[in-house]
Amino acid sequence: MIGIEWYLGVSAVLFIIGVIGVLTRGNAIIIFMCVELMLSAVNITLVAFSSFMGDVHGMILVFFVLCVAAAEACVGLAIIIAIFRNNITADINKINLLRW
Amino acid sequence: METFFFVFISTLAIGTALAMVISKNTVNSALFMVLHMLSVAGFYTLLNAQFLAVIQILVYAGAIMVLFLFVIMLLNLDEDEKVVSKIDFKQLISFTLALVVLAQLLYITGNYAGVLPELTGEPIAAVGTVEAIGDELFTTFLLPFEVTAILLTAAVVGAMLLAQKTSNVIDE
Repeated sequence: MIGIEWYLGVSAVLFIIGVIGVLTRGNAIIIFMCVELMLSAVNITLVAFSSFMGDVHGMILVFFVLCVAAAEACVGLAIIIAIFRNNITADINKINLLRW
Repeated sequence: METFFFVFISTLAIGTALAMVISKNTVNSALFMVLHMLSVAGFYTLLNAQFLAVIQILVYAGAIMVLFLFVIMLLNLDEDEKVVSKIDFKQLISFTLALVVLAQLLYITGNYAGVLPELTGEPIAAVGTVEAIGDELFTTFLLPFEVTAILLTAAVVGAMLLAQKTSNVIDE
């Protein structure tokens, strides 16, 4: 039997991989995928706690997180397309019009 | 058998996540992300959350990642010149910070497990069924469920408005 600590550990590792991706990559789409990675890492934690405690509320929270992630991906990709159309780049280091 | 499955799934999840971050080609990255989502669905099955496993495959691997792939094809992105260029000061700092946070998280999960509330030793089978989730979702959480519908509608309308061709909306 695998204890809950192992699930929490794997989830922490996945979350940190997502953080490293967001901080180091320059491509906007990769950054979006890394945000999805972090969301799914937190979902693993929620499902693990929910399943080990016998409480269904954690899984319902995961359901809502999935919905919000879908909405976020939809709007975010539309923003990326709009930026690409005006600026012809998906590299966030070159989008510096508002930078001080 | 369960331990073997857990080790296999977690290796797959971490490996595909790393490959997703490292890989140069954006399309490869998205396909690794699909594989990662499948392995997360494997975690859910291991934890007896069948409904969420199916939803994960349908929504994430089926819908969201296809959207990502469409956008990648639409933008026709070239490969990044280099993932890690020379030794960059900013990247070094972010690596160090991320590793510090990882060490903290692992320390907490390893040492403070006794602080957690009453846990059974193993996943409970009757929690993650469609029946249990649907029962709770349509009674206690009915209002958030309806609000989610409004959120998704607003997101779709907003995305269509943002991505439409005419960029001179303000002029008229």
